[in-house]
Amino acid sequence: MNMLIQFIQRAVIQGTPLLFGSTGEILTEKSGHLNLGIPGIMYAGAISGVIGAFFYEDKVGAANINPLLAILIPLATSMLGSLLMGLIYCFLTVTLRANQNVTGLALTTFGVGLGNFFGGSLIKISGSDMPAITLSTTSKCFKTTLPFAESLGAFGKLFFSYSFLVYVAIIIAIVSSVILNRTRIGLHLRAVGENPATADAAGINVNRYKYFTTCIGSMIAGLGGLYYVMDYASGIWSNGGFGDRGWLAVAIVIFAIWRPNMAVPASILFGGLFIVYNYVSLPGMGIEAQELFKMLPYLVTLVVLIITSMREKRESQPPQSLGLSYFREER
Amino acid sequence: MAEVPAIELKNITKTFGPIVANKDVCLVANRGEVLSILGENGSGKTTLMNMISGIYYPDHGQIFIDGKEVEIKSPKDAFNYKIGMIHQHFKLVDVFTATENIVLGLKDEGRYNLKKSAAKIKAIADLYGFVLDPNKKIYDMSVSEKQTVEIIKVLYRGADILILDEPTAVLTPQETRRLFSVLTRMKADGKTIIIITHKLNEVMEISDRVSVLRKGEYIGTVLTKETSESALTEMMVGKKVELNIDRSEPQNPEDRLIVAGLNCENREGVKVLDNVSFTAKSGEILGVAGIAGSGQRELLEAIAGLQRLESGSIIYNNPKTKEQENLRNKTPIQIRELGVRLSFVPEDRLGMGLVGNMDLTDNMMLRSYKKGHTAFLERSKPKELAEQIVEELEVATPSISTPVRRLSGGNVQKVLVGREIAAAPTVFMAAYPVRGLDINSSYLIYNLLNQQKEKGVSVIFVGEDLDVLIALCDRIVVLSSGKVTGIVDARKTTKEEVGLLMTKTFGDAEGGEK
Repeated sequence: MNMLIQFIQRAVIQGTPLLFGSTGEILTEKSGHLNLGIPGIMYAGAISGVIGAFFYEDKVGAANINPLLAILIPLATSMLGSLLMGLIYCFLTVTLRANQNVTGLALTTFGVGLGNFFGGSLIKISGSDMPAITLSTTSKCFKTTLPFAESLGAFGKLFFSYSFLVYVAIIIAIVSSVILNRTRIGLHLRAVGENPATADAAGINVNRYKYFTTCIGSMIAGLGGLYYVMDYASGIWSNGGFGDRGWLAVAIVIFAIWRPNMAVPASILFGGLFIVYNYVSLPGMGIEAQELFKMLPYLVTLVVLIITSMREKRESQPPQSLGLSYFREER
Repeated sequence: MAEVPAIELKNITKTFGPIVANKDVCLVANRGEVLSILGENGSGKTTLMNMISGIYYPDHGQIFIDGKEVEIKSPKDAFNYKIGMIHQHFKLVDVFTATENIVLGLKDEGRYNLKKSAAKIKAIADLYGFVLDPNKKIYDMSVSEKQTVEIIKVLYRGADILILDEPTAVLTPQETRRLFSVLTRMKADGKTIIIITHKLNEVMEISDRVSVLRKGEYIGTVLTKETSESALTEMMVGKKVELNIDRSEPQNPEDRLIVAGLNCENREGVKVLDNVSFTAKSGEILGVAGIAGSGQRELLEAIAGLQRLESGSIIYNNPKTKEQENLRNKTPIQIRELGVRLSFVPEDRLGMGLVGNMDLTDNMMLRSYKKGHTAFLERSKPKELAEQIVEELEVATPSISTPVRRLSGGNVQKVLVGREIAAAPTVFMAAYPVRGLDINSSYLIYNLLNQQKEKGVSVIFVGEDLDVLIALCDRIVVLSSGKVTGIVDARKTTKEEVGLLMTKTFGDAEGGEK
């Protein structure tokens, strides 16, 4: 029983960066842009947060840190970093109408390189012997949990034991869903992604919607990177530590059939699948079999793809003009 | 009471590069009337209306609404002047409901409440007699329902001036009737309705006045009750232009291709070919006339084996073996081997036949890549062919290794036609081979077609310009909405006759074989 609760808890924690990433990507895709730069943007979001935290800690000294500022500064720098990445993507794909796949992949390479570069630089500045930066004080602020969680037993552990960014991720996902489906802005946004020519004829500023959602989506995704370093990794940045979580986030978009609220359970499921190898031990299973278990999230995504395309329900299909640039004068 | 026109256009001119789409067009539409804008394809009707609805901006000229000069720079401006356009290609989001599509883009209307909007839509529908379920998804709708959504969309925005671009093109006769009764009610309600069309019977039935455009120029406006279909046809097609294309008598014509009872449906289940039958003879040029989208493309593709048919047969009399073969049972490659060649130049020119990024030689190889004996491609023969075409047809190109997309339209056509002719076809189909070409290039193509004819090839020529069809072809098959409305002798026919056949719709067609 305890094992199960612990597993679910870990799954939620593993799932949170994925949830940020997939919510951001869903919003972006709803505007008709396939942003394969999400892994890079999450990476950039993480390193930007680390940079902010590093210099704040450096400036005031670990002892006199103001907990609120310790959260707000990395939050702000992280969002700024991912916003800049989003702007690069927007400028290339919306304004210049570059190929979205190529731009996205380039951005991912760029983001990872950027992270490793600044990560390496910070390690050098800090003069650490280890190839990592440790921001444990800042991390502690991020990891603050609700005080009463402990006293509620299993229930408290399952629902209240997480740091605030976990709840932020879930709230963002649900709010995004409500905006998409229940508001005029959401209607317009979906129209832009489905059929930009129609949206344009209806007097909607297509490019503005694309810019705003892609940038907001990038900032949300960037928070996933921040959560990963500050909470999951306890404030320890090491180059390449983020792994392929960004791609998992993109896979969740399909799994959640482009619904942010569906991304919440999907992320937790993927988070669980991602770590399930730690919890199962079959007789005679060696370390090499772990890798097979790590395939699970992707296998599940494939199955979902097959099922949704077999059902041919129009609502479960990607936005119709996903990946296509829109140019009004093109006839 | 002095009539103030709802909308008035004065000397509107619009050019796209060197092409003049509209030249000094003047137009007046009053409140509570239906005005038809009549013209052939490419006469600039849609361009003109797009300027009223803010999609294009005129180069010169003025637009007046209720007597006041206005500037319409965007679709939004058009909404503000209560102008609504229903496009030929619907602008709807498939996964949205009717209501969601209708409220799309509206901003200042209190809280976002789809139920309230749906009720308002229902009220509008009831007022004019539309049948519509506001919560139905677009992808579940028939074409006619989608059109209803489009019309209600502009009414919902309070439009007083409605522009309908070929509204009946996609409708069944019953649906057309229903649309007309709705339009009549709107007219009675004081709305101004402008209909773009090329169907004469509908013009006569629904409109109060008719304005005619021809090749971008404004020809005139007449009262419907004071005119007739033949008078309108004459205004529409204009006087005959002498072209001086040499035309020889067909030499011992034999039946080469016997097309019988072709039926074909498109993906939406709409009939695009309806019981089409004709015979193409060797040594003659058979013209195919019709408004764009009347089934020309499907017909040619059916003969080339690229189009799935519901029923019918295409019998080919093989001149070598003297055997009859049904092309319907053959693959496109087998059909090509028999000598049936298709040179189809669609709207986007390079679309079928040539690959823009490949050079001339490579494009020649698209037809010969299966030949040769080694594992490697044989390049020398295609290269010779490319050089030969460049020389004989005077293709203006820097070299034969220039990508085709860098050539001008006329040269692209020459390359395409030249390659297909080089294969010594027995049936040669050319669709719009002179589209967008200058006079000299056009004549070169005509001469090529004539040469083929003299060699005993059965040439099928799909054209747009009636003057050319009449001067070049021996016989002309006229298509209208996928039906053959007549097969005429090009030497005896007139432009008016062909024009009338082209616009003839089902219901009033009573055989056209002459």
